[in-house]
Amino acid sequence: METSQAVATNETFAAQSFALTRRQRILSTLQRVPIFPLFILVALVFTAVSADFIAPHNPEVGNLRSRYRPPVWQDRGSWEYILGTDHMGRDMLSRLLFGARISLLVGVTAAVFAGTLGTTLGIMSGFMGGWVDQVIMRLTDAWLALPGVTFAILFAVLIQPSKWNIIIILGIVYWTRYARVIRGEVLSLKERDYVRLATVAGCSRAKIMWTHILPNVANSAIVIATLQIGVSIITEATLSFLGVGVAPPEPAWGLMLAEGKSGLMAGYWWLSVLPGLCIMFVVLSANLLGDWFRVWSDPQLRQL
Amino acid sequence: MQGYIIRRVLYAMVSMILLSITIFCLVRITGDPAVLMAEPGAKEEDLQAIRREFGLDKPIVVQYVLFVKSIMRGDFGKSIYYRIPAFDLYLQRLPASLLLASVAMTISLMIGIPVGIFSAVRINTWFDNFGKIFAILGLSLPSFWVGLMLILTLSVYLNWLPSSGAESWKHLIMPAFSLGWVFTAAHMRLARSAMLEVLGSEYIKLARIKGLSERLVIYKHAFKNAVIPVLTLAGINLVLMVNVAVVVESVFAWPGVGRLLYEGISFRDFPVVQTTVLMGGLMFVSVNLVVDILYAYIDPRIRYGN
Repeated sequence: METSQAVATNETFAAQSFALTRRQRILSTLQRVPIFPLFILVALVFTAVSADFIAPHNPEVGNLRSRYRPPVWQDRGSWEYILGTDHMGRDMLSRLLFGARISLLVGVTAAVFAGTLGTTLGIMSGFMGGWVDQVIMRLTDAWLALPGVTFAILFAVLIQPSKWNIIIILGIVYWTRYARVIRGEVLSLKERDYVRLATVAGCSRAKIMWTHILPNVANSAIVIATLQIGVSIITEATLSFLGVGVAPPEPAWGLMLAEGKSGLMAGYWWLSVLPGLCIMFVVLSANLLGDWFRVWSDPQLRQL
Repeated sequence: MQGYIIRRVLYAMVSMILLSITIFCLVRITGDPAVLMAEPGAKEEDLQAIRREFGLDKPIVVQYVLFVKSIMRGDFGKSIYYRIPAFDLYLQRLPASLLLASVAMTISLMIGIPVGIFSAVRINTWFDNFGKIFAILGLSLPSFWVGLMLILTLSVYLNWLPSSGAESWKHLIMPAFSLGWVFTAAHMRLARSAMLEVLGSEYIKLARIKGLSERLVIYKHAFKNAVIPVLTLAGINLVLMVNVAVVVESVFAWPGVGRLLYEGISFRDFPVVQTTVLMGGLMFVSVNLVVDILYAYIDPRIRYGN
């Protein structure tokens, strides 16, 4: 009854929310939470953590007698290998499950690493100004002068690639975005009265940056980091695909795509389709969550 | 204006110097270039000879100056695999890359602009929502996977298009589409937001008050102004496309500079990798410089601000 009333009388938002019952209020809050991306990401975390227990086979050891088995719903498919096997007879499902662990590890750690580096440099650049600002900003320009993928490839060729090196490379390549945005915010933050007050009260510059500036830019850093997870995962897959990322026989999704490419012309579609779908769903969720978080953390965008 | 241009050119030069130092140091940190240049299993005397020939026995600062000098002369070293100058190799491959990038750009603009503009005109309808989903999908799919899926459907199952090589225009369709895919989403988003901004401006209101038909308002007055920022971005993106095509080119065996970079990686052909990366950086810095100066020329606020 109350709902129809609220809809029928085209009242303001405030009036409507007063008319809502408790249950409706919970429902409308839930609607604003991004269910789909959260569901995918929770599933990803669960898979990454418990891959050892839920994977039916060893992801790195295959049975050469059962190579190129299709998924269970096709001819020749069996319940033993639900999603089929690859060119070395390794179980696709197990490899995909363990691949989630690598993607999550690389994506999140790289975003955090790049975020720490970029935020630190951004705060220093914005707050200290002068030559520090000049040096950091010119460095940012030079970094931005290269497409991230090319730069990552250059590093990866020179440094022996491994899971951890990829994280370092992605961190070194993608810190610039944080530095630019954070510097801009710090420039306006440092003119605020509470920062001046802290200076008058005798706080050191390091102390002001750490306790007064950092908490105020943390929100933006987290928003960029969430959006950056997707970019990191795609770049990792790209590097692995090119053979300069995660080294075989580890089950990284990009590596699986590279290995599956040779089976493509023979029609072994599951080798190429499945890892790609995994990448797509994870990156899509990270992007959606990042977008949602950006709007949520900025009341102006939320139109409140 | 002059001061502004000089400052911008200086910044661009600083960018290039930093880039060259980074590349120079990386090569020296990660291994002896003499070993890379010599035949596998070369003797110590041969290595010494190479070091003397290329000045690798001199102090590091002198080496860097020599490195920059030779680059200025257009001498990027010889490809270890192909045995011809790396720069010539780069120039040989560039036309194919430019062709691919132009076609990919045309595809992305032909899809991105109309969809973006129409989304803005019909904001919050099913079409707009469809566009949003399309854009976020475009940013979430790795371009090489789009390429693999195209090969699977169009080459393997339907047998319409060849899966690799560069003999005819048919070979161009799939790589161009997978390369253009990501950029389509970006151009669409920008076209939409630019159109929304234009539609909210005063002169559009005036055109409506004058009683012009909605079609005339949108397609004659709003459209042109909304397209300007998209075309600017497209100019920058064209250079970006040449440089990020490495994965797409290696999937489709397209003989461009991206494929050259990939070969350089596979054969550990360092002069080739170095040339490709440096040239990519140079193209990018130059385009950004031109855009900065053009903007300042159009908009005096940029010139006098700062």
